[in-house]
Amino acid sequence: MNYLPGFIDFYTLYDFCLTLFQNFGFGDNAEWLSYLTAGVIISFIVINLMILSTAFYTWFERRVLGRFQVRRGPNRNGPFGIFQPFADVVKLIMKEDTIPTEADRPVFTLAPIALVAPTLLIMTVIPMGESSFLGSLNIGILFIVGVTSVNSIAIFMAGWGSRNKYAILGSMRGAAMLISYEIPMALGITSVLLMSGSLAMTSIVSSQDIWFIVVMPLGFFVFMAAATAEISRTPFDQIEAESELGSGYNTEFSGIKFAILFLAEFMAPIVTAAVVATLFLGGTKGFDPIPGQIWFVLKMFVVIFVLLWFRATWPRLRVDQIMGFAWKGLFGLGILNIFIVAIEIMIFRTEEGTVGTSNMLIMSAINWVIAVVTLLTLMRIYGQKKLERPIPVPSPLANMGVEAD
Amino acid sequence: MILGEGTEGALITELVFWTIALSTVVSAIAVVQIRDLFRASLFLIVTLLGVAGLFILLRAEFLAGVQLMIYVGAISVLIIFAILMTRDLEDGSTAHNFRIPVALVALILMGVSIYAISNTEWNIIGTETLNTDQMNQAADVFSNGIPTLAKLLLRDFVLAFEVVSVLLLSAVLGSLALVRGR
Repeated sequence: MNYLPGFIDFYTLYDFCLTLFQNFGFGDNAEWLSYLTAGVIISFIVINLMILSTAFYTWFERRVLGRFQVRRGPNRNGPFGIFQPFADVVKLIMKEDTIPTEADRPVFTLAPIALVAPTLLIMTVIPMGESSFLGSLNIGILFIVGVTSVNSIAIFMAGWGSRNKYAILGSMRGAAMLISYEIPMALGITSVLLMSGSLAMTSIVSSQDIWFIVVMPLGFFVFMAAATAEISRTPFDQIEAESELGSGYNTEFSGIKFAILFLAEFMAPIVTAAVVATLFLGGTKGFDPIPGQIWFVLKMFVVIFVLLWFRATWPRLRVDQIMGFAWKGLFGLGILNIFIVAIEIMIFRTEEGTVGTSNMLIMSAINWVIAVVTLLTLMRIYGQKKLERPIPVPSPLANMGVEAD
Repeated sequence: MILGEGTEGALITELVFWTIALSTVVSAIAVVQIRDLFRASLFLIVTLLGVAGLFILLRAEFLAGVQLMIYVGAISVLIIFAILMTRDLEDGSTAHNFRIPVALVALILMGVSIYAISNTEWNIIGTETLNTDQMNQAADVFSNGIPTLAKLLLRDFVLAFEVVSVLLLSAVLGSLALVRGR
């Protein structure tokens, strides 16, 4: 497996800066100066890489959605409309930046930053080349799960800070949903950890002699569904259900703050795609003439396209359906998957606790049968069940003498 | 190489430590002093993040990750949910008459714990007292800490580990019983 040269991680950059500063006679100060310099450079690279790819992604999303809906999508600015996101950003920055008078100003202002920072942080531990931007972090995947969970607080900050009914409703729904779906997501990740035997992202990649999507399709299903909910995209976009909540937690935001909120929202699918590609699609693994980085980007594109496909195909779920799907469906599937994978590893593992390639093939054969049978049974059960509608609650306006329209 | 490994006492470690420690303490004070309950809970989150940072400086990355996931991600969201259901949210933590006794008790507790910490003979293993075999073992714990921790939690001390979860369950049941009694 070969890699394109020139991938920078923090520690090579640090060593480079250290020799540079020592040669220029900084002496004792060289160490902290190079930590600082390397940190600033890496942050600059990560932020700009992510912003640029998000800009490209918004264009891609709109074009692909256009295709799905038999229309053209943005095609006026530049070749195939590729400069559309830049025009959008200029428009958003030049708009007036309003803050509601009643708003909790510091909370309102900090919310977009709190939302975008975790998403950027996740990108630093994903091994896009031989290692990630932060080298090989020992707790890689745990870091990702931990950092993702900060998102719900940021959404709360946005909703509460703007003092708006719809915003607070959206963020309440959001927090409930994010917490519920964190559990199936963690269960999906756990099965990957059982197979790889390590939390570090680089060793998760190197243990995938056969991609984990082949070895445990059920785990992939659970993780993918939970991740789609975690980034609150259709069919799980209850946080900002336009028809019900105005626009949810971002109702009151405008100008550059709105731009940053949307940056976070559209960055999330890219990051999710990167995580899925690392955990289940073998990360940078591929065959030889094509370098690892290209493989990684290709896999990310496939996952991003699948996410767009979801969005274009499925209608939005109702709130109670979303919660029911997490607790009654995905939770059970995740537990079942862990149970099966653990038993198989107990049977098939070698002395060092790893599973050989031929045994992985046997595992995947068993797991595919189990996955297909389980999912078909579940579909049967859900298909036969009549939709339970919640009992309608009379409108609070009813006993206030206000006639409904 | 994580910050901290081989850089004990280096200026950068000191800088990072003091930044994290100061922000942790300041936000902890803000939690109890600020009137607005929502902002206070946000400062609580900053405190918990600071503690996670301190764990990383001590090279306990796993603990830091768990701290992030459980305390920042789950418990503080629960706290925020609970706070949003209270009335008078914006000046919820009002002034009271117990300031001086509370401060006294806190000072005494702080003194006792500082005395206890500085007078305990900590069983710190210096590098000079170890032979190569033990050194390798210690290095293995640091570089491969999670399997070691897993072995301890799920094999050697599995009973205690499970009993803790029963304790949590009983706490949940107890709170349910309290609510039902009304």
